[in-house]
Amino acid sequence: MRVQQTTISKVPDRTVRYVYWITVFLLTLTGFGQMPIFKRYYIADIPGLGWLAQFYVTHYIHYLAAILILALVAYMTIDYLILQRKHLRLTASGYVRGAILAGILVSGLLLVIRNLAGSRLDPRFIIFLDLAHLGLVITFLTIAGYCLIFKKQWTNAR
Amino acid sequence: MGQEISRRTFLRGGIAAAAGLAAGSIPGAAAAAAPQEKTQLATLLDIGKCIGCGACVEACNETNAHKYPNPQKPFPKMYPNRVPVEDWSEKQDVDDRLTPYNWLFVQNATVNINGEEQEITLPRRCMHCVNPPCVKLCPWGAARQLDNGISRIDSDICLGGSKCKKVCPWDIPQRQTGTGLYLDILPSFAGNGVMYKCDRCYDQIADGQLPACIEACPEDVQTIGPRDEILQKARALAKETNGYIYGEKENGGTNTIYVSPVPFEELNKAIEKGKGKPHLKPVKDTMAQANNLTTAMVLAPVAGIAAAVGKFVKLTKSSE
Repeated sequence: MRVQQTTISKVPDRTVRYVYWITVFLLTLTGFGQMPIFKRYYIADIPGLGWLAQFYVTHYIHYLAAILILALVAYMTIDYLILQRKHLRLTASGYVRGAILAGILVSGLLLVIRNLAGSRLDPRFIIFLDLAHLGLVITFLTIAGYCLIFKKQWTNAR
Repeated sequence: MGQEISRRTFLRGGIAAAAGLAAGSIPGAAAAAAPQEKTQLATLLDIGKCIGCGACVEACNETNAHKYPNPQKPFPKMYPNRVPVEDWSEKQDVDDRLTPYNWLFVQNATVNINGEEQEITLPRRCMHCVNPPCVKLCPWGAARQLDNGISRIDSDICLGGSKCKKVCPWDIPQRQTGTGLYLDILPSFAGNGVMYKCDRCYDQIADGQLPACIEACPEDVQTIGPRDEILQKARALAKETNGYIYGEKENGGTNTIYVSPVPFEELNKAIEKGKGKPHLKPVKDTMAQANNLTTAMVLAPVAGIAAAVGKFVKLTKSSE
């Protein structure tokens, strides 16, 4: 069983990468929109951005983007494990970003469970989840910015 | 034996009896007193009995006064200037609407019943939704739902961003500037006080007592008990009096069930509405829209895995 090297080098292809970036941008925007800051600081006054002050709208879009990133992360993880791992290795920053992203996804999923009627998570745990979700996002964006500036890749060729 | 309990039956039986019942079939307030009890308790408000005497409002104020804000003045200068200062500390006596110092008020309506004009009065406070958006969407977890169905805002943690009020279909929570945790963080740039609303006397219930408004009512307008039993009782009362129910389905269901002799559509037209004066309109389940996406969220990783495996199979076949 042999897979052509030329095909592998295209993965993750450009489309997946762009969808990932747009999804992360939307998640960040609507995630920060869960705090009452966009109206206070005039962001929602910018024509076309009024929806950022509507909590139910940002909440719904956050969920839609979360669905997309969960599918993308699952796709890229499995793709790496069964196809790419022989030719690519995760870099140190790749491991760090992957771990933080996993933390964001897990805390986010737990908050989704919290939002269901009848969920009984401990209030102190909910506070922890809220702060952890936000803290991990800020950490992830900071590291992602650093990696973008210093051209640190998720993977290197073996 | 019905498990719901009204003021008179509670007083007649006394706390000892209530505690005894807690060990058995766990009724009303006794159920609320048992920390292990996971049943959501609801209140039934028989509007037909309310005489608008205001005893509930007075009792609420007396019982909860120790929870009211004590703001520091002058308030911190807030940026940008558009951030509103909301100060009720000089208007603590206002009792015809919800304020940080008045968590319950009596709403009036003049309606026509069988061709006769009648004055109807009804106590208004937090509805204590079954899935409360004020709790679920609070960005810091400052609002919490207790196992017995009470939603309450922790005034030690709340930053006063007022999101809970914006997502509440009835705009119930009310803000007081100049108090709370925000003063210790970035008072000029984030937060704006603390949000206050009815907590259905969670501390009294924990002590095996009834909420103050229920206990003080001379007409036994309110009854408290497990939600399913209160609903049964509300339906029976509505059937018996040809009445109408509000709160059973509103916002996906609330733990405050009103039974009225006139349709709520008419009542809603007749009551004074506005700031601190909630409406009685039908309310769709605000949390349902996003929660309906939960299944898709569970299936999303499966779809991603399937796509990756599909690609692997396709590449494997093409390379053979």
